[in-house]
Amino acid sequence: MRISRRALLLASGLAALPLRAATAPRVVVLGGAIAEIVAALGAEAEMVGRDSTSTYPASLLSLPDVGYVRALSTEGVLSLAPDLILAEPDAGPPPVVEVLKAAGAKFVTIPGAPDAEGVLAKIAATAAALGRESEGALLADQVSADLAEARARAAEVTKPVRVLFVLSLQGGAVRAGGQGSSAEGIITLAGGVNAATGFTGFKPMTDEAVLAANPEVLLVMDREGELSITHEMIGAHPALGQTEAARTGRIIAMDGLLLLGFGPRTGQAALALNKALYGSGQ
Amino acid sequence: MTAARCLFLPLLMLTVLVAGLGTGSTGLSPLRLAEAVHGGLTAQERIVLWDIRLPRLFLGLLVGGGLAVSGVLMQALFRNPLADPGVIGVSPGAALGAVIGILLGGAGQWVVMVAAFFGGWGAVALLTRIAQRGGQTDIARLLLAGVALSALVGAITGLLITMANDTQLRDLSYWSMGSLGGATRQKVALAVLTILPVMLLAPRLAAGLNALSLGETAAFHMGHRVERLKQTAILMTALATGSAVALAGGIGFVGVVVPHLVRLALGPDHRVVLPLSAILGGALVVLADVLARTLTAPAELPIGILTALVGTPVFLQILLRRPA
Repeated sequence: MRISRRALLLASGLAALPLRAATAPRVVVLGGAIAEIVAALGAEAEMVGRDSTSTYPASLLSLPDVGYVRALSTEGVLSLAPDLILAEPDAGPPPVVEVLKAAGAKFVTIPGAPDAEGVLAKIAATAAALGRESEGALLADQVSADLAEARARAAEVTKPVRVLFVLSLQGGAVRAGGQGSSAEGIITLAGGVNAATGFTGFKPMTDEAVLAANPEVLLVMDREGELSITHEMIGAHPALGQTEAARTGRIIAMDGLLLLGFGPRTGQAALALNKALYGSGQ
Repeated sequence: MTAARCLFLPLLMLTVLVAGLGTGSTGLSPLRLAEAVHGGLTAQERIVLWDIRLPRLFLGLLVGGGLAVSGVLMQALFRNPLADPGVIGVSPGAALGAVIGILLGGAGQWVVMVAAFFGGWGAVALLTRIAQRGGQTDIARLLLAGVALSALVGAITGLLITMANDTQLRDLSYWSMGSLGGATRQKVALAVLTILPVMLLAPRLAAGLNALSLGETAAFHMGHRVERLKQTAILMTALATGSAVALAGGIGFVGVVVPHLVRLALGPDHRVVLPLSAILGGALVVLADVLARTLTAPAELPIGILTALVGTPVFLQILLRRPA
């Protein structure tokens, strides 16, 4: 069922190509999740620029980068001669956004919280701005199906696993995803329980609190180089090394944008995490 | 040599003007500037020139000039070549204000600006009261209290930073490196009201500051009203630096080094050092901003990085060429 839907999506995108070529708008995207949606709607060819958080699909990396989404340069964005600017609500600073709005290009703010409903809102707003409502409806159906499947799997969980998301281990300090963070959002969607309580956002956690939380699974981002968190680092860490997760070797590494981006792949991310937590059969 | 000196300032100003208005990530080049006079620009080019580049140019000149003049005043007042507005608490106070503004108001730029400005003023007002002794401002006391207050304000800032979320932390780190990116006509108007008067009036303190370099007692016997001089210098610094930091964030290096550049080239007479520092400080900030917006175009670098990158080699070269 899903394959056919995706094929349909692709086909409709291809069919629309020659028609749009003549009047294709020049689109600048400010926000990683929106860029993913634009690409999933088949409008990647219309993109002429992106912010530094728009890194998926990897083909976007070849587009000009206008910098971090909250430290934009008015002239930098205008130099790409956009007809349409799709921005997340955080885009800024405000004076830059004001001038961009006055400069002639259509500036559309795409709403959407980092949760399941937020993803669907983002898809609807992005599709409307691009005039691709039918593709948007197909994508929304597909994402809803993924999310519904993830929810169904999560509902089957009888004994939820305590998961601690570790963002970084700079200088040995555990920076974990607390309450209300996007990490907690995806852990919940996958049928797990956030082991970190008592603080919000991504904050350093004391070693003793890590020991007290005693997570059964450690979730980290799959990164290269100095920022990566390896099994050796976790094993050697005074607190993380003593947790049940480290003793049983249950350390899951997943792509950061897939996991925390709350873009169109959120359902897939939740399913993948669910599978990693509970195995394919319960 | 004299001819070169006479030509230096007009040439510098011309460079600053052409670079400030004629460079950026859009195609509006110096050559196209001539078209602006004849009204031959497209609608978008007009926005780029009048709404983006012109406010940036003026804001850069005023912020840089204000910071450099503040540096001269502080170095003269403390008779210490390393003094800067941080010593009387303006910049740490403004940083605390900005952190509070970012935590409270988030995206609201005006909240951050107002909080930074009053943070700077609050710190100065507190310090000058502490330093008052029998109707006199005791400079040694001012310095010591300034060090203590900076540490305290730094600690409170740090405490608040631990409460910030990721977005706020990134806002803070960008703020602390400064930017002219949000320059608008309103900001330029604020700078004209607060910084320009200081740049224009500071040279009137020159004779008093020259006398002060011989010591407070000597200046007093030469007929200068030392207490009034000190208070005016502090007030001017608080106004110019507080406003510069509120409008453009933390731009380092200009306040400490530009006055030295001028002194190394032309000697220590404040009648020369004050106006020239105002001009050179502005020129340095504008040229650094040109690099900030072109090096990584269409993205932008924080300007605080570039003032030091551009200024340090120039400063070291002058220092090395100076006869021992």
